[in-house]
Amino acid sequence: MSFEQFFQYFLSGVTSGSIYAIIAIGFNIIYNTTGIINFAQGEFLILGGMIGVSLSSFLPLPLAIAAAVVVTMGVGALIDFLFIKWLKGPSVLRLVIITIGLSILIRETMLHIWDEKVRTLRHFTGTEISSVKILGAYISPQVLWILGISAVIVVVLNLFFRLTLVGRAMRACSDNRTAARLCGIRASQMVTFSFMLSAAIGALAGCVISPLTQTQYDMGAPLAIKGFTVAILGGLGNSTAAVVAGLILGLLEAFSISILPLAYIDAVSIAVLLVILFFRPSGLFGNREASTLKEF
Amino acid sequence: MNRNLRVATIICLLIGLTVSPLFAGAGQEEAAAKEPIKVGAILAVTGGASFLGGPESKTLEMLVEETNAAGGIAGHPVELIIKDSQASAEKAISFARQLIEEEQVLAIIGPSTSGESMAIKDICQEAQTILLSCAAAETIVNPVASYVFKTPQKDSYAAIWIFQTMQKMGISKIGVVVGNTGFGNGGKAQLEKYAPEYGIDIAIAEVYDGAATDLTGVLTKLKARGVEAVVNWSIVPAQSIVAKNMRQLGMDVPLFQSHGFGNIKYVEAAGAAAEGIIFPCGRLLVADVLAAGHPQKDLLVKYRSDYESRYNEDVSTFGGHAYDALIILKAAIEKAGGVEMSSVRDAIESLQGVVGTAGVFNMSPSDHNGLGLDSFEMLTVKDGKFVVLEQ
Repeated sequence: MSFEQFFQYFLSGVTSGSIYAIIAIGFNIIYNTTGIINFAQGEFLILGGMIGVSLSSFLPLPLAIAAAVVVTMGVGALIDFLFIKWLKGPSVLRLVIITIGLSILIRETMLHIWDEKVRTLRHFTGTEISSVKILGAYISPQVLWILGISAVIVVVLNLFFRLTLVGRAMRACSDNRTAARLCGIRASQMVTFSFMLSAAIGALAGCVISPLTQTQYDMGAPLAIKGFTVAILGGLGNSTAAVVAGLILGLLEAFSISILPLAYIDAVSIAVLLVILFFRPSGLFGNREASTLKEF
Repeated sequence: MNRNLRVATIICLLIGLTVSPLFAGAGQEEAAAKEPIKVGAILAVTGGASFLGGPESKTLEMLVEETNAAGGIAGHPVELIIKDSQASAEKAISFARQLIEEEQVLAIIGPSTSGESMAIKDICQEAQTILLSCAAAETIVNPVASYVFKTPQKDSYAAIWIFQTMQKMGISKIGVVVGNTGFGNGGKAQLEKYAPEYGIDIAIAEVYDGAATDLTGVLTKLKARGVEAVVNWSIVPAQSIVAKNMRQLGMDVPLFQSHGFGNIKYVEAAGAAAEGIIFPCGRLLVADVLAAGHPQKDLLVKYRSDYESRYNEDVSTFGGHAYDALIILKAAIEKAGGVEMSSVRDAIESLQGVVGTAGVFNMSPSDHNGLGLDSFEMLTVKDGKFVVLEQ
């Protein structure tokens, strides 16, 4: 294998890895506050993409994406208000089942509002045929956008969760909801925030990846499964780890394609995931002791 | 109080979701002159193959309405029962049983995909119910089952057209990628079967997952092998992704697609990357530029303008396959002079010169498709539109 080829596989891995990573980040936020996995995260992604595509026909692209993020955020808040908030001390399992139900509800609603057709948002810079040449290999400029926006999200989230009062209150709810409430934190409000934040990040991710992956009403689940895998691989709750894990999985897949038939790609990634979970159940970058204290 | 508000909101949402489809079906009841002919249709209206089933169901609804307004078939009004299989073979099987046993339909139109069609081929044959499949794979009618027919062109014709075009372009070493569906795997088998005959070397053939969102990895592999052209054979949205990824990787070899590309939505989704894609296709998409004397011209132009004015969306060849299924059934009932199952079947098998959207059908006991090699035309994408490839 020549260096150009090696590097092309590397960039191909970065391409799919960046998509996985930006999806995985969304999972971590709701987990950080409620300790649950939101299985409707993939639908937030597609909802954001759909709204972005519809609005972009008459709004400038940045405005359309901003509006998509705000509307999806509203949907996140509405979901919390309708389905989550009024539960009294719900178990993790019950919440998980509710989010699965929600994912179906959102998907079918999208089918009603839009239709079954494939849509795509235009590229942020250049067109479908532009590519950036690096060291003899090629990559789409959109991948650089995905990586850049992922990096910004991770930095902002880290600052938010560490430095702001609301961010710290959200983390406190995740660690121990009862103790947090005793300290005067309104836990239910924090959960609402987390749904809104997670929906917003999902929508942003959905818009950013749409030029590459395209957007169709039922694409949420397959994308969410990859994102979920990556979130687990990195260690749940840690967004920086999610990005690194996403890139690792992408690279692993790309190089497995170079020697194995494409059909084995999922087998390879799932096998690696199993091995890692076997030896490090808390994920690659998770804290082992902390994970034993978690309910889920 | 607050809780009641929530419950009320949820109930309103749910009612909204369930009631709206009911209204859509309300206007379809017809006053019957003679006993209605029940025709079932199993189509992937939603789900992964919705771009097939969507236009097919819309086409059938339009055509049945038109037929009934004109007095039905031989005086019988047509009662259309559409079932949405969501491209799932399991659902197709249970709907087929339901249509045969409970509804006792005269014929089933569909399913949309090859996998589903193969799943219910034997069921229809055993129950002796006519099946007019709208799917492409050759195995649906080869070997022949006496009650099973199909309207789209055989995929072997598509493979032959692609290879003939490659020969003219001087291409001999190609890479093949196919989607992991019945259609994709069927196409791969046909390509591998006919490649030696045309002196084409398939350097590498890979199967990708239908839900794939990025194919740069496998295309890098094709690029490393130095292929002179890429053939993509699938019906999944990844068709546009292949085109985009090739351009992103700086691959400048021609991209050939199967007849599954015959939907302008894919061109829109691939944008500038779709330019120059070559694929075999029926003449529906280029109806406007056909010579005036062409036997299909009038039918194609009428179908296209009817469909596009009624549904306000671009016509695709897939809806045409359902159109053909119904006009074949209509011609056979008129020929048989009744709605008795076995005589209608015999009539279908002996139909000659029936003009449809895919071509001119000449059925025979050994050919339950009835289309010739000339039912395809090589098309390409130019300025975001389908045009006939100049060779």
